[in-house]
Order: sequence, then structure tokens, then C-alpha cells
Amino acid sequence: MNERVDLSNRGPETGSFFQRDRAWHPPAYTPQYKTSVLRSPQKALLSLDNTISEITGPTFGHNILGELDNDLILNFAKPGESAIGERIIVYGRVLDERGKGVPNVLVEFWQANAGGRYRHKKDGYLAPLDPNFGGCGRTITGEDGFYTFRTIKPGPYPWPNGVNDWRPRHIHFAVFGNGFGQRLITQMYFEGDPLIWKCPIVSTIPSKEAIEALIAPLDMEATIPMDAMAYKFDIVLRGRRSTLFENRLEGN
Amino acid sequence: MQSLDRYKETPSQTAGPYVHIGLTPNFCDIGGVYETDLGTQMINDKTKGERVTVKARVLDGTGTALRDALVEIWQADADGLYNSPSEMRGSADPNFSGWARCPADMDTGEFVFETIKPGRVPFRDGRPQAPHISFWIVARGINLGLHTRMYFGDEEKANAEDPVLQRIEHKVRVPTLIAKREGNVYTFDIHLQGEKETVFFDI
Repeated sequence: MNERVDLSNRGPETGSFFQRDRAWHPPAYTPQYKTSVLRSPQKALLSLDNTISEITGPTFGHNILGELDNDLILNFAKPGESAIGERIIVYGRVLDERGKGVPNVLVEFWQANAGGRYRHKKDGYLAPLDPNFGGCGRTITGEDGFYTFRTIKPGPYPWPNGVNDWRPRHIHFAVFGNGFGQRLITQMYFEGDPLIWKCPIVSTIPSKEAIEALIAPLDMEATIPMDAMAYKFDIVLRGRRSTLFENRLEGN
Repeated sequence: MQSLDRYKETPSQTAGPYVHIGLTPNFCDIGGVYETDLGTQMINDKTKGERVTVKARVLDGTGTALRDALVEIWQADADGLYNSPSEMRGSADPNFSGWARCPADMDTGEFVFETIKPGRVPFRDGRPQAPHISFWIVARGINLGLHTRMYFGDEEKANAEDPVLQRIEHKVRVPTLIAKREGNVYTFDIHLQGEKETVFFDI
């Protein structure tokens, strides 16, 4: 039950998070992405400097991980078989806005198979399932915030938004920091994919610069010859203030 | 002039309709990869505190319950301590995780959390906040996860003096954060949009 990581060699982080730049993130209401129209709050958000409820958050130990949790080529495959598609390694660092690596945090990812089909009963796309591909993986960052996993490159797929909208190839990421206020879900795209600039979900992000932060470059140096190509994807979480000069809570 | 050397936070994107594959694979019939889905159990026999059930729904601008949303909650233990390395005031109940994750029921859109009623935790200036549970909501159509809080309907006095609820300018909106109690069950409807729109936080 107690899934805390022992961080006794590090000072705990107890400062407030830097405010989110909501002009950098996608706004809630983005009508070109149709589902957002009825699912976007219309009233202003209530801004709060973080209390302990937002500064704290769950942490997870390596004991939750199975041996193949970061290997989507094998973690759903029958013994001796493997998923079909372009074999790739995705790696990077989880950092915060101060540039510090964020160690010991859980990173989860999910994706479609090489043909663009998800293993989900709500996905009715006619491209077939791969019997050896599930599509989920997870890992915990190392001391410098590094993570890595192995998978197959997901295919693009059509979706019912406009009559001919296709999602670019992408991998979904969910990242924990050290506080509940850092919780983030995003999508990684692949260098050079022409669909990126036509996608109504990508274009919910207001600036080209911010969109480019989601595009993973091909890394030939990390590529394993005769085995797997590599893409690098760094993830930046909210930074936090130093607590040195923060008001102390009364009674502490 | 020197640079501040700050990075920009990675921009958010929607979790999409297949968020279950990544976060609750067993729930969507992807078996054998993870032993159990993370965050399905908050309490055990030894957990301190009053057992309660929280039933929630997330409703869109037409009043229809989302059946593809996913909610995570985070709360203090019965003594008001968080099970987190950033908790400096003491050690939280080791038999209470404080965190849970639940996908909406694919037919009804309902979320069910078996938990305990949290103790009070201090606001930044030391005033006690009313007992509350933090909610984080993601779904298809939601571009950036939404933060809100659930307060308890039978804590009228604590709610009246809560520093966060007091910050809400339009008092008519305060009840959107307060769950109704019936027996040991609290019911909390989260309205994304419209007249009954829930108060969401920029935290």
C-alpha cells in the first residue's frame, strides 16, 4: 500500500509551482477539435497559489514495475513472438522548468499499433489488431530524470472529426511529478510527419514553437544498427520556487 | 543581460478516447501486461478513518455524462497528512495511499472511490482548510487536465470558513464543489460547462 520512494538523500521539494502559462498550453475551447466545444469550461478558472494539497503528490517505487513494462515489442507478445512494425527506441529526460532532472517519477505511455489500430473496443478502424501488440508501457525515471522504452512506430489513423481528418503518428504520455499540480498528459509526434501540421488536435496549441516541443527528432547516434531506430523526447514539468524564503506555515 | 535559463513546460494534449489503454489496461481488456491497474485501491483493513464512498460523474454542456473520462483523486489521511515525500509535517498513515485513479463506467459514466474522509490541512497562512479531495479530470475533448476539489456536504461549519471556498467571488457557485451525503455515500456531479458549471482551478 505504501508506494513511497525513499528520497532521503535529497531535500524534499516543498515550494509552490511556477504558474502555468495558459497561453502556451492549448485553451479549453478549440472548435476545430469538435469534442472540445461541449467539454470546455466557459467561466474563468479560480487562481490559487498552491497549498499543500497541490504541492504534494503520489510517488511510486520500482516494485510496481514488471520486467517488460518498458518494452511494448514484447510485453503483450506470445513467447518467441514480437509486435509487427518499425522497431524504435524512445528515450529522453523528464526535467522541470529550472532544467533540473526529475528522478523517480512514473511515466506512462500508450499508442496504436503499426497500422494505426488501438486495442480498445471503441476503436472500429478497419486496420487489423496485431495479436502481439497491446500498446501500453510505463517506466520510472532514473537519477537524472532519464527514461527509455522500446516499441514499434505507431501508424496514423482516421478519426471522425472533419470528414477526412487523420491523426499524425503519435504516442500518448502521462507523467507524474512530485506534486499533484504537476500532473501532465501530452502526445509525442515524430520528426518529419506531414500530418502534424494538418491535425486539429495539434493545432489546439497556439504557437508553432510550442507544437515543436512535442516533435521528437530522429537520433541516429542512439539508433541500434540492424535493430531499432531511436527518437528523443524530453518532457518538461512545472518548476517550483525555492522554499528558502517562503512564508512558513504557522505551527511548523 | 543574462538569461533566466528557464524551460517552457511541455504543452498538454488531450488524453483522447483510449486513455484506458495506457492508464487502466486491465479495465479495457488488455490483460497480462500489468498485474493490476494502478490506483484501484486506496484503503485496507488497517487504514485509519471513517470509510466513505465517493460517487462522481462528469457532465458535458448538454448535461450528458462523459463515459470516456478518467479521474484521479488526491487527499490527506484521517489526520490531515499527505502520503508524499513533500509532506513535512509528519508521517502519513502507511495504510492509506491518498491517491486513486478511476475510469468512468462505460455505460453510466459513474466513478466510484472507496476511501476515508480526510482530515483538515492548513492553508498557506496556517488557517485550516475544510476537508476536501482534489480531483484531476482528463478525457477526449479536454485539452488540459482540469483541477477541482470536492468538499463534504456535512461539514457546513468547516466549509463556511474554508479559505479557498471564500475566494469564490460568486457565492452561488460554491455549492458546485460540495458533495451531498446520504448514509456513507457522497455524490459529486462535475459540470464542465453551463449554468451549473463547476469551479475549476488554475493551481
